Amino acid sequence: MSPLEQVFREAHGRAVAVLARQLGDLDLAEEAVAEAFAVAAATWPDRGTPPSPVGWVITTARHKAVDRLRREAVGTAKLAEVARLQAGPGQEEVGAVRDDQLRLLFTCCHPALAPESRVALTLRMVGGLTTPEIARAFLVPEATMAARITRAKHKIAKARIPYRVPAEADLPARWASVLAVVHLVGTEAHSPATGTEPTRPDLAADAIRLARLLVALRPDEPEARGLLALLLLTASRAPARARPLDRQDRSLWDRAQVEEGQELVRQCLRVGRPGTHQVQAAIAAVHADAATWADTDWAQVVALYDLLPATPVVALNRAVAVAELDGPSVGLALVDRVDLDRSPVLHAVRADLLRRLDRVDEARAAYDAALARTQNTAEQADLHRRRAALP
Amino acid sequence: MAQYLLSVVTPGAGEQPTAEQLEPIMARVEQLRTDMQQAGAWVFTGGLEAPSTATVLRPEGDDVLLVDGPFAEGKEYLGGFTVVEAPDLDAALDWGRRTVAAIGLPIEVRPFAW
Repeated sequence: MSPLEQVFREAHGRAVAVLARQLGDLDLAEEAVAEAFAVAAATWPDRGTPPSPVGWVITTARHKAVDRLRREAVGTAKLAEVARLQAGPGQEEVGAVRDDQLRLLFTCCHPALAPESRVALTLRMVGGLTTPEIARAFLVPEATMAARITRAKHKIAKARIPYRVPAEADLPARWASVLAVVHLVGTEAHSPATGTEPTRPDLAADAIRLARLLVALRPDEPEARGLLALLLLTASRAPARARPLDRQDRSLWDRAQVEEGQELVRQCLRVGRPGTHQVQAAIAAVHADAATWADTDWAQVVALYDLLPATPVVALNRAVAVAELDGPSVGLALVDRVDLDRSPVLHAVRADLLRRLDRVDEARAAYDAALARTQNTAEQADLHRRRAALP
Repeated sequence: MAQYLLSVVTPGAGEQPTAEQLEPIMARVEQLRTDMQQAGAWVFTGGLEAPSTATVLRPEGDDVLLVDGPFAEGKEYLGGFTVVEAPDLDAALDWGRRTVAAIGLPIEVRPFAW
């Protein structure tokens, strides 16, 4: 990712968030930010990056929005809005960006939107991902994803989904949906479905930043803390992510993130109100406690998985832990009961277990099945290595 | 302020409620209407007769053709509706939630375009 792209990715969510509040129009905000980025791409390489890139993007985008409103203004109401915007603040809004980002997040995660639209919209608005990137992440055609995002934005505008953080009393009902979306942003960061890198640190940073905002919003609510811990512990492994967890060089893990994650898990345990994010964070903390894969407290890992709802992904991960505890044939029997055929991970896990059982031909076929199901080139290279290492 | 249509999604099949069952429902609907009026949100409320009482008018060239019955047969039909004024969807959904509590049927909340 070029430095310019880096700035765009960091600025996108903040700029859209601030402008959406000022303009009261998500679509207009997004288009104005895109126009500002186009100006930046044309001028920054020659003139240099401005001292406050995000502030520059926000200010330029506001000018673009004002230009557009003036061009399209048909009535006095719109003209009044133009006047109000021009009189609006210049630089100081960057401090209020936190609130704006929470507003944007809660709007994108509104329960009146379909769950699959919420995460897509969040990746687009807060994360600044393009529609093709989001489509690839969710394995749906680009046109389908474009239609989904357009429909969601249309509904936000037409049904007047409010641009605000819900009142204290309404927060509990809105919480799970927001946490789930931030978790999915983190998941996409940690194993991107496409691309050339095994992780997307930019997205991981987005997810962590959003989780911090949520913890600050409801400090007494342990699930947000658990989610933040999970995101940190997962992100800590990014430097070693070229290999799967069982063969990672754990000395590469980011110690600061590991320690913060583990401290958050301890805080959650003291509160004593477990939830799915906290349990997943606890599992990640058990891994972080072990110096190597072989040193892992597998009984503890299995016990924690038993606390989670038995989704196919949980069943698959639990089977991996059981294989370490009770042997590969017991693990394989569990894996074969998991309904997750489209996942490359399932086939890679099967392949590894088959290899350990000396069922080489079946292992080779399972690696091929895994390879057929990922478009991430780093993951492909690792699978090819493991397949070639078969006797 | 925007206006929202709160439609009562009424099941077509199954037993229709008796007068005894309807009485407390109607009392709750009346109370809700009063609450809406006091909040300045109420625009209109109406309950509809069964779809079998409907007549459909279709343009037929320069003429208009009369057809017996509802325009579409569905598992559910529009049993009644309320129109409310609300500043945003959350406020409209709150009235929708209270309508669900009063009637015990699904409510569709939909913004007016004009």
